[in-house]
Amino acid sequence: MMEGRTDRDPVTGTETTGHDWDGIQELNTPLPRWWLWTFYLTIVWGIGYCIAYPAWPLIDRATAGLLGYSTRAEVEAQIAKVDARNAEVAARLASADLATLERDDPAYHYGVAGGAAVFRAHCSQCHGAGAAGALGYPNLLDDDWLWGGTLDAIAATVRHGIRNDTDDDARWSEMPAYGEFLEVEQIAAATEFVLQLSGQAHDAQLAASGAVVFADECASCHMESGTGDRENGAPDLTDAIWLYGGSRESIIESITNSRFGVMPAWGPRLDEVEIKAVTLYVHQLGGGE
Amino acid sequence: MSDSEPTALYAAREPIFPRRVSGLFRTLKWWIMGVTLGIYYLTPWIRWDRGPNLPDQGVLIDLAGRRFYFFWIEIWPHELYFVAGLLIMAGVGLFLFTSALGRVWCGYACPQTVWTDLFLLVERWIEGDRNARMRLWKSGWTPRKIRLSLAKWALWMLISVATGGAWVFYYADAPTLLRDLITLDAAPVAYFTIMILTGTTFVLGGFMREQICIYMCPWPRIQAAMMDEETLTVAYRDWRGEPRGKGTKRRALAERAAASAQAAGPRIGGRSPRIPMPGIDPAVGMPEPARDEPGDCIDCNACVNVCPVGIDIRDGQQLACITCALCIDACDDVMARIGKPRGLIDYVAFSDEKRERAGQSSLSVWRHVLRPRTVAYTTLWSLIGLALLYALFARPEIDITVAPVRNPQFVVLSDGSIRNAYDVRLRNKHGEDRPFRIQVAGDAALRLDIEGIDATQVPVPADDMAHQRVYVIASANTDPALADATSIRFWVEDVISGERAYQDSVFNGRTEQ
Repeated sequence: MMEGRTDRDPVTGTETTGHDWDGIQELNTPLPRWWLWTFYLTIVWGIGYCIAYPAWPLIDRATAGLLGYSTRAEVEAQIAKVDARNAEVAARLASADLATLERDDPAYHYGVAGGAAVFRAHCSQCHGAGAAGALGYPNLLDDDWLWGGTLDAIAATVRHGIRNDTDDDARWSEMPAYGEFLEVEQIAAATEFVLQLSGQAHDAQLAASGAVVFADECASCHMESGTGDRENGAPDLTDAIWLYGGSRESIIESITNSRFGVMPAWGPRLDEVEIKAVTLYVHQLGGGE
Repeated sequence: MSDSEPTALYAAREPIFPRRVSGLFRTLKWWIMGVTLGIYYLTPWIRWDRGPNLPDQGVLIDLAGRRFYFFWIEIWPHELYFVAGLLIMAGVGLFLFTSALGRVWCGYACPQTVWTDLFLLVERWIEGDRNARMRLWKSGWTPRKIRLSLAKWALWMLISVATGGAWVFYYADAPTLLRDLITLDAAPVAYFTIMILTGTTFVLGGFMREQICIYMCPWPRIQAAMMDEETLTVAYRDWRGEPRGKGTKRRALAERAAASAQAAGPRIGGRSPRIPMPGIDPAVGMPEPARDEPGDCIDCNACVNVCPVGIDIRDGQQLACITCALCIDACDDVMARIGKPRGLIDYVAFSDEKRERAGQSSLSVWRHVLRPRTVAYTTLWSLIGLALLYALFARPEIDITVAPVRNPQFVVLSDGSIRNAYDVRLRNKHGEDRPFRIQVAGDAALRLDIEGIDATQVPVPADDMAHQRVYVIASANTDPALADATSIRFWVEDVISGERAYQDSVFNGRTEQ
């Protein structure tokens, strides 16, 4: 180091910090003073923020902050704002007759969009997010309906449910388990007849005797033609749609032990607007009548 | 270690009082300032008739309506690639200019430079030129200083409000918004935006100035990587100017030079000590003229006094220099007065330094600007521009996008036929409602069904998008019903104009699950 003017790098003339490691000096390029003040300002801001807003974690919550702000309250306020904005169209939907509601009515769009949300929250667990159902849970996209596919029929199903014991108006029917009073041969014959009804490969001879069994035991609900009866939720056996599968084994299983699909009543859980909305949504999925 | 005074780790801002200057580059900068600020402040007020259903503002970023209007061009959100393309062109353009002319963006066009220039103009108008401002700075808070400062800040604030105000006019109908702003009916976000931009303009243009460029902006750090030795940039011809001096010092130098020239005859020798730089072989060296005669620089400090970032360009290229070229004007003026050729400070390329030191003349500007690198940048820039132009003029006024419904992939209907569903979006860019006809092609066995509509026509509102679920059905046991997948094509036709557009998709047949 030079005498007199210590702490200057001889090559660049820049001041050094005086730190020296094995002859390597640290040059001092000062930060601007305002940068330092900005840094202090952020500290002051940070302290103020901790006082004003929720900040310090406690055992089961954080300090509330003087402003009483919470993200939860903010979301609630936003939801309330949206609800207030939709109040008019929601009231319109609540009082509307679904059958005569025009497709370009704002209440219709509100219903379909809101119904999609209701469906995902309450219905998709059984019927699937895409409403395609599953084995034992009806596909709501097709053109086949057990209890009817009109808006009123869908709304009644949603409101009261099926075969539940909580709603007196629930849709009800109960197929006997024929395994208890038909011979295995009779069930096999009836099965061949059902396969014949739906145009599948079958044993014609057995089917002929199965027709007798069918006329005696099944036709009261499934009708002579096998096209079913929506009053009783009896499936159409002549079409290509099978709730429990249309294979020989599955049909034998259905006849022997019967089926008993249950849907809860949504009337107590959803409000009028939600029921109408989800009805509109289901109706426009591709199979509405 | 050292026992000297503790070193200061923080430096106060040195106030800078740039002197007024006139000349070629100053005139150019005035023009650029006028044109760019004019474009910025006035553009939202240009009207452009688009018919009854569309806004009549020439340039409008309609965020709520998801539209960008630029005179006859209308950009929808799905066409954001135009914006991306323009940003890429801006980037490549910056490469081009930096590679050819150094930090020319910083010196002439950067908003920080332009607004600082404007604020300096106001400052000079109210407080006087450099010397007057320096006196005022050193004086106490006299009534005169208070009066001048308040007047200056008021004018700055006026410019700042106009700057922040002009910004929001790009996002809404300008005359309506102006009326709403005055009657306090405008949206809070408008006032908020104006307040923030007013604040930043006031502080950045009035007080931060060169601190932004030196400490905050990343661009000066990046730009060095784009420059090469052919890049023209503002530089001091130290081989011509040194040794600098004036008055008695200059006379003494001249006498000594004459004496030594007599004694030693013509010679070439070393001159100012040079700091070794990476990439430059010191052994090659640069031939230098005799050093003992005085250089052209009379050390008048004109270049320093006009500098808006407060540096001495004679120290060489440095990070703080924004290459505004005002020192060129200042020095040219002095050279003219002392009867020397202009260009002691000038746009010089590094390669020219070698030539000039060797006594050769430097290359022409065009030889520096037109070289493989800049031509490559220009070509790239033009190709992107042409592609964007092609896309702009080739795009149809109607548009269809098809999203197949994947959950489920197909539905079996009661007669055994297979149905696929598609979410179709139909865009009508006309300024009036249009009926669109949808058709499907790909297999004769496929038929189309539109949810909720008996016909094959869908009405699409003016300048809007219609969202429509569409079904494609294949009867049982037909080819598409049995095949895994069948390629299909959706056609949409504007029933009135006959314009057509299509999108390809896939029909999924019945697969065993």
